[in-house]
Amino acid sequence: MHVFLIRRLLAAVPVIVVVTVFVFALLHLAPGDPAAIIAGDLATAEDVAKIRAKLGLDQPLLIQFFAWVGQLLRGDLGNSIFSAHPVSELIGQRLEPTLSLTLMTLVISIVLAVPLGVIAAWRVGSWIDRGVMGFAVFGFSVPGFVIGYVLIWVFAIELDWLPVQGYTPLAKGFWPWLSNILLPSVTLALAYMALIARITRAAMLETLSQDYIRTAHAKGVATENVLMRHALRNAAVPIVTVIGIGVALLIGGVVVTESVFAIPGLGRLTVDAILRRDYPVIQGIILVFSGAYVIVNLAVDLLYTMLDPRIRY
Amino acid sequence: MTSATATAILPTTAPARTGFVAFVRRHPTVTIGGALLLAIVVASLAAPWLGTVDPVSINPSHRLRGMSDEHWFGTDRFGRDLYSRVLYGGRISLVVGLSVAGLATLIGLAIGLVSGYLRAVDAIVMRVMDGMMAIPAIMLAIALIALSKASVVIVIVAVTLPEVPRVVRLVRSIVLTIREQPYIEAATAIGTSVPRIMLRHLLPNALPPMIVQATYICASAVLIEAALSFLGAGTPPEIPSWGNIMAEARPYFQLKPWMVLLPGAFLAVTVLAINLVGDGLRDMLDPRLARRM
Repeated sequence: MHVFLIRRLLAAVPVIVVVTVFVFALLHLAPGDPAAIIAGDLATAEDVAKIRAKLGLDQPLLIQFFAWVGQLLRGDLGNSIFSAHPVSELIGQRLEPTLSLTLMTLVISIVLAVPLGVIAAWRVGSWIDRGVMGFAVFGFSVPGFVIGYVLIWVFAIELDWLPVQGYTPLAKGFWPWLSNILLPSVTLALAYMALIARITRAAMLETLSQDYIRTAHAKGVATENVLMRHALRNAAVPIVTVIGIGVALLIGGVVVTESVFAIPGLGRLTVDAILRRDYPVIQGIILVFSGAYVIVNLAVDLLYTMLDPRIRY
Repeated sequence: MTSATATAILPTTAPARTGFVAFVRRHPTVTIGGALLLAIVVASLAAPWLGTVDPVSINPSHRLRGMSDEHWFGTDRFGRDLYSRVLYGGRISLVVGLSVAGLATLIGLAIGLVSGYLRAVDAIVMRVMDGMMAIPAIMLAIALIALSKASVVIVIVAVTLPEVPRVVRLVRSIVLTIREQPYIEAATAIGTSVPRIMLRHLLPNALPPMIVQATYICASAVLIEAALSFLGAGTPPEIPSWGNIMAEARPYFQLKPWMVLLPGAFLAVTVLAINLVGDGLRDMLDPRLARRM
């Protein structure tokens, strides 16, 4: 187990290296002088030279890269061009809404999509199965921002049950928080649910055709026990894998969903940063999101051994 | 399982009918998806003859009109006809979708073939691909677009790049299974050159799943282009695209929801149609994969 843990952690290193090189290259591959980009359109040649010296841009590229990585390792993501605040501080301020949104989405998706997939596989070929598969194609095709607007239109404008937009911190009470986070989470959950339901159905179909399932049925185990204890437990590995891979989908969706629902999270920060060409902020957010993706998938790999004791590394 | 599948594939009653009706009956998803897609393609290509006006002509006296005989979908805040903008906007989605699908497939095929067949290259290439896949597609595209001036070409490049690793992984996995086949060994033994093995033996085997993958990439590219334009980091505002039409209509959503929902519906139907065609092609070209999904 320890050997596996170490080996798996080492395998994540090249991924992180590629991401950091890319994020570093982002600023340096930009057409034109990075110092001029940072200085902005109104800067004089003198300003640009000052920034170049200050950021060490007159040094060789390799030295710049290692200096930058050294900063990263100390948790210093640089400063925003626009507001001059440290990027890590800006990201920290925006963390709660985004975490609320993603965690809520995860809960909704897993709680709804796994049972849907199980039932679809159990009643394969039935109208329930067709319905679930139809929903999966639909959920995967309709863009999050279109679903978001339809939900706002129906539940916030026509029915007036939930607020149209905005975010209330959890500290101000659970219900205000929930009423604001519900529509965006459902919006974001649809594509994710489609993915999970589809894989759950496929994995369940695979296990349900095994001999031990027939044996369990034959010795009189109740259907729900066969499905949940015998079949689902053995189908868990691909389901957990796709939940991990789907985090990339979720992160992309966060950017769009937060924009639709005016939630002041990391996604909004991203959009604001692009519009202002605030490169250090864009770099910081990509690093944080990619880091989250790597960590989630690392956790998924570690979960395998718990879900399926046959897997040994 | 096997016998059930066999009977499902082989028609048991009456000789199989040929022609259009038979095709529709056997492949309903491809037919529905294809018909929807055809309608969208025709609507956007034939836009000039479908009762549209110039999609960018500004008419301040007709600002924010409702739906009427004159303006079927109403007008936007500059008095531009929304119906015309939505039809012309489809062109951008289709151009981006097709270009990205083509480019990503070609680049991915080339890298995947080489990387799957030559072990020395494989380790390095796959680590780079893993790294690229760790960056969410929209973030990667946003980052690339933020670097340069917004244009349709930049959008195509920025959407293509994150799709490439997915193609590479697929091609590589196919190549890895095929390269162990005896006929590859035989080809190597009689002195066939590596490029020739790749083109004549590996490529044809990789093609059917690649075509299916290309349709999914096309759907995903249409989605990402719309999302980028919606966020203001995609197709420049002077060219109408579904994403930026929706973005411009956002402030008026509470009063005139159709301004956002109509282009959104066109976008959703297009992506749905492409995905249906993809699902249908998968069932036709790759029955093994179809059963697994």
